[in-house]
This record gives sequence, C-alpha cells and structure tokens, in this order.
Amino acid sequence: MRRAISPWLALAWFGFAVLPWNAIGGSGFFAFQWLGQYPSAAASAPALVQLLWHGRLWFLPLLLVLLAPLVFLWRPATHPDSRRRTARALIAIGAAGLAYIAAIALAIDIEGWRWRELATAFGELPRRQQGLGYGALFVAAAMLVLLCHGLALKGWVRGDAFVAGAIGASVALVGLFTLYPLSRLFLHAFLDSAGNLSLTALLARLASSKVWGYDGIVWNTMQLGLMTASAATLLGFCFVLIVTRTQFRARRLLSILSILPMITPPFVIGLALILLFGRSGAMNALLEWSFGLRPTRWIYGLPGVWLAQTLALTPVAYLVLVGIAEGISPALEEAAQTLRASPMRTFGTITLPLMAPGIANAFLIVFIESLADFGNPLLLGGNLEVLSTAIYFAVVGVQQDPGRASVLAVVLAVILLAFSLALFLIQRRLLAGRSYVTVGGKGDGGLRTPLPRSVVAVTAGLALPWAALAVVIYLMIFTGGFFEKWGLNHALTLRHYVTAFGIAVENGRLFWTGGAWSSFSTTLMIALTAAPLTAAFGLTVAYLLDRQRFAGKRAFEFMAMLNFAVPGTVVGIAYILAFNAPPIELAYTGLILVACFVFRDMTTSMRAGLAALSQIDPSLDEASATLRAGTFVTVRRVILPLIRPAVVAALVVSFISAMTSISAVIFLTSPRFDMATVNIVGRAEVGEYGYATAYASVLIVLMVPAVVLIRVLVGTRVLSRRQAPAGG
Amino acid sequence: MKLIRRASASVVTTLLGSLLLWAIAAPATAQEVTVLCNFEVDWCEALKAAYEKTTGQKAVFIRRTDGESLAQIRAEKSNPRADVVHAAESASAKALAAEGLLEAYKSPMVAELHDWAQRIAEESKYFQTPIYTGVLGFGYNTELLAKNKMPEPKCWKDLINPAYKNEIQMANPGTSGTAFNTVSTILQLMGEDEGFKFLAAMNKNVNQYTRSGTAGIRAAAKGETTIGITFLHDSVAQAAQGYPIKTVAPCEGTGYEIISSAIIKGGPNPQGARKWMDFVLSPAGQNVAITVNKFQIPSNKNAQVHPLAPKPAEVKLIKLDLDKYGSKEGRERLLSRWENEVFKAPK
Repeated sequence: MRRAISPWLALAWFGFAVLPWNAIGGSGFFAFQWLGQYPSAAASAPALVQLLWHGRLWFLPLLLVLLAPLVFLWRPATHPDSRRRTARALIAIGAAGLAYIAAIALAIDIEGWRWRELATAFGELPRRQQGLGYGALFVAAAMLVLLCHGLALKGWVRGDAFVAGAIGASVALVGLFTLYPLSRLFLHAFLDSAGNLSLTALLARLASSKVWGYDGIVWNTMQLGLMTASAATLLGFCFVLIVTRTQFRARRLLSILSILPMITPPFVIGLALILLFGRSGAMNALLEWSFGLRPTRWIYGLPGVWLAQTLALTPVAYLVLVGIAEGISPALEEAAQTLRASPMRTFGTITLPLMAPGIANAFLIVFIESLADFGNPLLLGGNLEVLSTAIYFAVVGVQQDPGRASVLAVVLAVILLAFSLALFLIQRRLLAGRSYVTVGGKGDGGLRTPLPRSVVAVTAGLALPWAALAVVIYLMIFTGGFFEKWGLNHALTLRHYVTAFGIAVENGRLFWTGGAWSSFSTTLMIALTAAPLTAAFGLTVAYLLDRQRFAGKRAFEFMAMLNFAVPGTVVGIAYILAFNAPPIELAYTGLILVACFVFRDMTTSMRAGLAALSQIDPSLDEASATLRAGTFVTVRRVILPLIRPAVVAALVVSFISAMTSISAVIFLTSPRFDMATVNIVGRAEVGEYGYATAYASVLIVLMVPAVVLIRVLVGTRVLSRRQAPAGG
Repeated sequence: MKLIRRASASVVTTLLGSLLLWAIAAPATAQEVTVLCNFEVDWCEALKAAYEKTTGQKAVFIRRTDGESLAQIRAEKSNPRADVVHAAESASAKALAAEGLLEAYKSPMVAELHDWAQRIAEESKYFQTPIYTGVLGFGYNTELLAKNKMPEPKCWKDLINPAYKNEIQMANPGTSGTAFNTVSTILQLMGEDEGFKFLAAMNKNVNQYTRSGTAGIRAAAKGETTIGITFLHDSVAQAAQGYPIKTVAPCEGTGYEIISSAIIKGGPNPQGARKWMDFVLSPAGQNVAITVNKFQIPSNKNAQVHPLAPKPAEVKLIKLDLDKYGSKEGRERLLSRWENEVFKAPK
C-alpha cells in the first residue's frame, strides 16, 4: 500500500507546496517570468505559501486533508481489518480533497469572491483573479488517484487499482471537458427571455413545427444521416473486401485512395463537386452539348450533401472495417468449406456475420459524423435545413438565441441517444449468444477463402466507379492550385504556391514569407500533440467499456460520444463559456484546441477500439492474469499488439481530423493559434481558389507520408497464420 | 541494453512532450491590440500591416464573420480577450452597446467623417463609429442572361418577372445580415404588406435562400444562378475578379448598410484599441481598402474611393430607418412573417 500511494502523495505535496497554485497570467507558465518573484508574490505562490505567508486561510482544510494520508506512511497497517479501514480512509481523503478543490474553484471567480459572506470571512480579493494552475492540477490528480485506490481496496472493479484509476481519470476528464461545458450551454435551453429557469420555455422551443413534422429539421437530419451512414458503410465495406480478399492488382493504390478524402478539408471536395456537377459544371456542360439537356441544380440539396458526405466519410468506415476483416480467422471459413458450404454460403454465414460488430461501429460513427457535419450542408445544402446548420445559425444568425441552439443540441443528443440505444438493443437481440472472437490463444491457420464471384462483381461494381470519381476530384484539386483562377482562367502559374509557401533568404537569414506558414506550423503542432492523446484516451476508454464492468458504463459511453455528435460550433461556444474565465482559463491558448480535438475525436478511436476488442478472446487476458501479469502489463503486452490495426486507425483519424476540422475550431482559434482550415476557408471566401487549393494540396501531400509513418511506427499485427503459397 | 533504450525513449518522449506543451500553452501577450476582424481575410491582413507600419504598434487579429464575432463577444463577456470589433453592422453594435459590452470613445478623427457617419456616431453616444457604407442591389451573370434570352433586370419589380423563374438567389434573412437588410429595405420601400406580397411573388423565382449574404453573387459569378441579390460592392468585386457580372442599383431606390468599429469594454489593451480606432477612421487606414480591391464607400471625407465603387450620387437611396426592424421584437416579427408568407409561399 505504502509503495502504491507514496508517489501520488509526493505529487500532491509537490503541487501544494512547490508549484504555483494559480495559473500564471501574461505570457504564461512556460515563459518562467514568474520565477523572478517566486515564491513571495501571491500570484505565483504555491498554496502552502499563500496559506502561511499571505494568510489565505481557506487553504487550511486542504493542508489537513493532505496531512492525513501521511499517517499511513508512518504507521504501516498490521491490524487484520486494517485493509478495510485504509480503504475507507483513502476514499474519504480523496473525496474530501476533490470536493474542497472544487469548492475553492467555484467560490472565486474573476472578480474575486463569488459570495459576499466569503469576502467578509476571508478578506477581499482583488479583481482579475487567475484560474487554477499546475499546483491545483497536481493536487487534484493525486486526490483522484487516492480515491480510486481506496475504491479498489474496497473491492471495486475486482480490486484492480490500475483499472480503478483509469476509470476515475476517464470519468473526470470526460466530465470536465464534455459534461461541464455542454451542460453550461444546455442550461440556456431552460431559460426564458427574462433569463429565468422555466420548463415551459423549453417546451415552447421544442414544440416548433419547424423542428418536427415531415420535412422538418429532425426529419431531414435523420434522413441524411441514415443515407450517408448506409452508403459510406457499404462502400467502405466494398473497399475492404477488395483490398483484403481479392488479388486485385491496384489494391494498394485503392487503399490509399479510399482514405484520401478524409485528408481533404471538406469544403474543397464541395467546391470540386460544384465544378463537376454544378449547373455550369463539366457534367452538365457535357450533357447539354451531347443531348441538349437543360442544366439543372440537382446538386444543391439532399443529393449534393449526401454525395459530399459519403465521399468524405467512406474512409472512416473503411479504416474501422479493415482491421476487422483482417482479424477474421481463415480457419472458420475453411471449416465451412470443408463442410461443403458454397463460397456464397460461407460468405453469408461466416464472413459477413463476423464483421457485424465492425459494421455496426462504422455505421454509428458515420451517422454521428453526418449529424455533426456542417460545412457540406452549408455549401451544397440549398434550402435543406439540418440540425447542425440550424444550431449554428441559432448561435450566430440574425436572431442570436443560445436557448434555441441549446434546445436543438438537446434534440440532437436525444436522437443520438435513441439511435445508439436502438443499435445496442438490436445487437443484443439479434446477435445474442454469438461470439465474434476470432483471435484466440490457439494458433490457427488457414488460407483466405476466395470471395464468391458474384460478391466480387458487386463490390467491384460499386467501389471502382466510386474510386474513379475520387480520382477525378483529386486531380481537380491538385491541378487547381496551378491555375490562375480555378474555373475561370486556366492559365498555368506557380503564383499561388509562392503566396502560400514562399521562402526568402536575405543576408543569410531565412524568411518564411508565405501567408500559410504560420497557420500551417500551428496546425501541425496541435495535430501532433492531439493525435497520440486522442488515440490513447479513446482506446483506454474502449478497453474499459469492453473488458470491465462498472456502474454507469452506458451513461459514460454516451457522454463520451456526445461531444463528437454536437456540431463543432456549439462545442466551440460551450468551450468559451466554460474555459474563458476562472476557475479554468484555457481560451486563446493552444491547449483549448488540443482539448477540443482530444475529447471530440476520441469517439472514433473508441469505436475502432471497441470493434477490434470484440475479436480478441478474453481468455488471453485471463491467461496473462494467471501468469501474474498486472492489468497494465496485460494491456501493453497482449492487447495492444493484437489491436494494432485499431491503433493505426485511431492515430490516423485523429491526426487527420485535427488537421482538417473547421467547425469546432471556429471560435477557438486566436491570433497565435490560427488553424490551416480557417485560413483556407477565409481565402476561398475572397475568391482565391488557387491559394485555397494549393494549401489543401500541400496538406494532402503532407498527410500521406504521415499516415505511412504512423503505420510504420505502430507496426503491423503479426498473427501466426499460414501464408498463401506464392501465386495463390 | 534494453533498459537503456527504454529509458532514453522515455526521456525523449518527455522532452518532446514538454516542448510541445510549452509551445501550445502560452496565451497571447497583452502588449498588442487584439482585433476581432469581420472583414475579408485579405483586408484584415492589409489593415494589420498598415497599422503596424503607421503607428509602430503591434496588432493581431482574429478573423470571424459578423455573427460569430457577436456570439464570441457575448460568450467572453466575463473576461474579454479582444480589444476592438472591426467591424459590426450598426444595429448589432447598438445591441452590444445596450448589453453593456462596449466602451464609448470619441475619436479625434470623427470630425473628418462624412455627415451621415458623424450623425450615427453621435446618435450612438460614440459607442460605435462608422467605417464604411454599402449600397444594396443585385448583380447578374451576363453570359447566362444572354444565353437564355432573359431581359435585363433594372428595378426591384423586374425581379418578379416569370422570365427569371428559378434564376435568383438571395440569402435567408434569418441567417444573413445582408438578407435581413434586403427584406427591411423592400418593406420600407413598398410598405410592409405590399413588401411581403412582392417578396412572396419573387419567391417563385428564387432557387435557393443561401445562408451567407455573399453566396448568391458568388454563385452567379460561377454560373450557378443568373441573379444574386447582394451589396453592390460585393457584386463589383466579382466583376473585378474577371467574372461576367454586371452590377445593378435598382431604379426605385434602395437601402444601405452602415458598418462601424467599436471598442470592447474591459479588453486587455484599451489604449491600443483607441489607437486602432483612430487609425481605421483616418484616411491612411481607409485607403487600405483600395490596395486590396474593396469597393465600399469609406466614412472619412478625405479617403479615396475606388474608381469602380458605386457612386452614391448615381444611386437613388431611400430614407432608411435602420432601427425600425433592429429591435428584438422587430426582428422576430419580420422573420416570422417572412417565414410564413414568403418562404412557405407556393412556388
């Protein structure tokens, strides 16, 4: 016990007695300007110094809470039922510490004390209080761990301290970065125009016929989401079958092609679609020229948005499914064939059902992404109104009404909840008692069964024309940057690349003269920070959800997904409301962007992880545990290597979405932290399509090696299976 | 060996991690003036460069759309991070001032402004000062018009001609300030009931109510629609880029918008904010527009006007009451009538 908690106690004391308790204003902690007056100045003093030197008595209870656990270190427990007593004590200490820190955080806002009584009790605080800093962070983290240790000692999650800590940390993080900001925003849904809480205000907003009814916002959103999810999952599935199950020659190329659209800032695809299928686009011009058909505007509305979303989201489905397809044991299919099942029957009764968890997860992710997508409905939607655009314009439109925005966001949350519940129930009902485990401890061998010919024909028939469309669009984007004016003047030029990425050398010094460099480097930095955190967190949560049992698991899963499903602009506003002023100040730093990406995109990592874990036999975990490996070692040495495809998918998706997302960061960018996509959209708005496509092309070209690098770094999963003989 | 490798790997990871943390954790410093810039991004960049060159002070900007800026100022009200909003529509600035989010400032440059600008600044008690005005109208694609043998539109009333069936785009007044301005102009020009009747008739010709105010004219430039209703300067900008667009100031007379800069109350650098206001109201600040091909009509008498910019003398401006539909109730009434009588009207 002593060994387990002493490092955490040390951390708590380090945070309490050494690190500045409050955030450092001005140029921040890492500028280290505060060291000059440390520790005497109250602004940069640790809590202990604030208590003893500045007489800030409200830190006294915290000191007592921190002194209490020292007893364990001095008086090792020998008593028979000391274990239970220690557990109870740790829980009490951890909970008290956390609650007290939360109380301090709530009691002091930017103006000083929030309640007059406190000001008279403890003395006035000057205006412009800083939020909580690293000191508070360290103490809170340590308290959380002590609490979880205590719970584990009491027997929670089979007494596994590592799992208890992981659950505690995950719940705390999701609570802080999803539940707290969103609930602050959702509160507006209950406010009437005078600013009072009232249920009738909520009901009145909900009752609007524009929201419900045929052709209403909800109807449109559901229709679009289901159409996109079906199409993207189907196409992703086809690509996966071709890449993993056929000898198709260009399948390497196809696998790159299938993830390309994800790499593109979404509106670039929309723009290319307009140039292709718009009223004055190439396709209509051809039809008019050859058949004399009058050009139409079919692209604006549901069909166009559907096309653009399917194009952009097929790669996500592909990435989730590809690991699953590879994980399916050939032995099962071989067995089916030995029993004289036809290839078609093998496919229908073995291969397809084994991919069901992957398909369900892919479908859910695509559905959620479609709900949250805002760029495509904006550009191609015509008069089509969906939840994401309705919410956005309730926030920024002519009639700014955060209440309406929150009500719509609540509606969206309810749709999401209903949908994921329905999916969960269907999975339970239909697939109950079945097992998807195909990666077990037994060595299995076998050759991949060739796909039935009819399936090959159908998949190729669907996937190849789609791939051709993607090739055309990519050619358009890549060449777009070299034209004087995309769609108007097709004289060749390098001008746009120079404006965006120019470099000059003067007097031996290098000058980054291009307009894109600043946002480019920021974006790269933020994405590089966010991607590993996102993947790690998402996969951890997936592990906890799949392998552990704890109360409130479903609610936690829903919470984790909610941030992803709410349109980014809403999350942006919620983040400003929550993190702009004390107790937590993150606005205008890069941290708020990283936090936003991590807690939005973790859903994809989590879903990929869940799908992959469903294939791994839990008896492998048990075997590892029998060999006395702790949970952490089991995860690292057994599970992680087996879910490598999911790790790749998680890293790739989170890196790319951090590089290309726009809606979430609209409100979170700041002068020092400008993002690439915001820059691109701004340029496209003033008609500088050359610059915009040049910038987008550079991003695309850069991300392909990044994706390859991620694959190399993570490595491939090695399953001991017989390889197909040469030429097979 | 393995231990050393593992240890060095973790050291490298920690170092890299803290380096990244250091780079991303630092907020902006308070020495520079922070501008919420609602202009187009090229204009913002040019303004920043000119400001720094003229005053020797630093400026940073965050590019936002009008509505985003307003939402951000409201969300940040407990701890404002930006010093100036550059620039908001007059009615929006008025609303912000009423909510106590702006700081009044009478720049010495006010004396140099056109009468209309001085009047607005004074009426607002100097919570806002106009930067430019823009005239409402429409633009059409000359190639499509000729190809489909449609008549040239010259007046508002021409827009209900069945010849333009499904050929007009305007923005949705619920999402775009430009469209809100359009609807309110039509209502004041024709009277409220007649105005809504006109808009309902025009609905037959509208193929899409775009969400952004400039989307319609951009679509016209690319040949996606024939006519786009917008501000004249946006239409001229498309033509100046080489698109086949002709700009029309409607014959019956038309409305306008007033765009003002304002200082945000409690921003980190109030001194810088005042300096920025003085600069953008000066001829030096307003002449930046010409260098980036913007065609708005500047508020300073001594500022240069782009030769292609619409001339106020040649445009019949109606007497527009900018506040008539500006209040919360006014907006609600206008939008709900528009929704029911225009948007849902039979095609």
